[in-house]
Amino acid sequence: MSARLISKPLAAIGRSVLQLLAAIGRVAIFAASVISHFFRPPFYLKELLQSILNIGYFSLPVVGLTALFTGGALALQIYAGGARFSAEAVVPQIVAIGMVRELGPVLVGLMIAARVTSSIAAEIATMKVTEQIDALVTLSTNPMKYLAVPRVLAALITVPLLVGIGDIIGIMGGFIVATQSLGFNAATYLHNTANFLEPLDIISSLVKGAVFGGIAATMGCYYGMNSGRGAQGVGRATKGAVEAAAVLILAANFLLTGVFFSV
Amino acid sequence: MITLEDVHKSFGPKQVLRGLDLHVPRGESMVIIGGSGTGKSICIKCILGLVTPDSGRITVDGVNVQKAERDAFLARFGMLFQGGALFDSMPIWQNVAFRLMRGSLKRPKAEAYEIAVEKLRRVGLSPDVAPLYPAELSGGMQKRVGLARAIAADPEIIFFDEPTTGLDPIMSGVINELIREIVVEMGATTVTITHDMTSVRTIADRVAMLHDGVIKWTGPVSEMDASGDAHLDQFIHGRADGPIASLR
Repeated sequence: MSARLISKPLAAIGRSVLQLLAAIGRVAIFAASVISHFFRPPFYLKELLQSILNIGYFSLPVVGLTALFTGGALALQIYAGGARFSAEAVVPQIVAIGMVRELGPVLVGLMIAARVTSSIAAEIATMKVTEQIDALVTLSTNPMKYLAVPRVLAALITVPLLVGIGDIIGIMGGFIVATQSLGFNAATYLHNTANFLEPLDIISSLVKGAVFGGIAATMGCYYGMNSGRGAQGVGRATKGAVEAAAVLILAANFLLTGVFFSV
Repeated sequence: MITLEDVHKSFGPKQVLRGLDLHVPRGESMVIIGGSGTGKSICIKCILGLVTPDSGRITVDGVNVQKAERDAFLARFGMLFQGGALFDSMPIWQNVAFRLMRGSLKRPKAEAYEIAVEKLRRVGLSPDVAPLYPAELSGGMQKRVGLARAIAADPEIIFFDEPTTGLDPIMSGVINELIREIVVEMGATTVTITHDMTSVRTIADRVAMLHDGVIKWTGPVSEMDASGDAHLDQFIHGRADGPIASLR
């Protein structure tokens, strides 16, 4: 009796761990399959350009506004916090390093997960439910190549650019707040920002952007293609894709920060 | 032409196909009938390679479908899906000409457009619908577009999955007649899945009754009413009593 009491929860934990490992394996195989298709024809250039437009260009407003407000809020916080030990002058440096190293890539990654991952997952899941993916196969078109590859490739190309733009707009947000309401000199602010940033900060930011973009698009495609039936299946696929993308982006951010900046 | 031998397919504990044997001769119109969930669609998906059977052998002209070169193999097929399965993001003419705009059958855009318009005309749709999107069409029109897409590349083999489901009786009759005309005109080998006995009598040369994962009866449509098979009789006459269990 007591042995059963102990073994039951252990079995449940074991089952969950095995399910998690199996899920990681399936996602890894899916991602490897997508990457392997990058280099094998046919290539669907029109779909790639369409995806670049959808993921990159149409995400600019939300990314820009998020970065602008975050940069502004960051400047206010650093100024208020720095005032406690007479370090208000570090606002340009901390805004720059905070935006470029962390907040820029992470916020853009999360915004892309919310906007793009959900859209990809819902679109592909709906295609699956309505047999459009089966139709693609019968029309001699590999759904992986036609649907997943252009989206993942587009995210790998555009999200680093979005991160770069987000970084600049975030710093500008801080600049506007600092110069308009905190009394900083504009030229000095820009000089301090430019002098403080190092090439590694910018490289890490762009690499994180590419990784986060890849994660966001891959999760959307994976959950969409493995969606269950009906409206509920589409809803679950979308929710699962966004959750997985957000968690993986934050985990990848931690790992990449360790790789780039661990002393 | 198409032969299925002892095909089994299960999904978890549910055995859908339990040793299916079926032969579809070249140029014939085979209609597979049977209740919902008896494995009719899975049967077609196994032939197309969309679903891999657990065991058994499926050949088309003697070639095992699992070992055939996919692009060339699929180029021989056309399929009309139950819900049309039109691509929402594309205009109608691109849906119809999809296969003609990429892959081994690729044509210049203008030629693909002309073929699409011609196929739309063949299924009774005017060229005006070519630039519209699927969401702008009625269910019956979407079925016609699906039919036009299925025949766009003049395939040797065409599958029709529930071609009249969800349509009113008049539109069902129109689609049935269209399918029959196209089958005769193109000389294609066709497999149709349906519950609709009007479709069966209009489209079929031969009929196969699928129940419990196996073919219970197969023969010419002219012999269907006098088959003496209890399963087929119950299905044809839509009786609640008989060997096919019904949920009431």
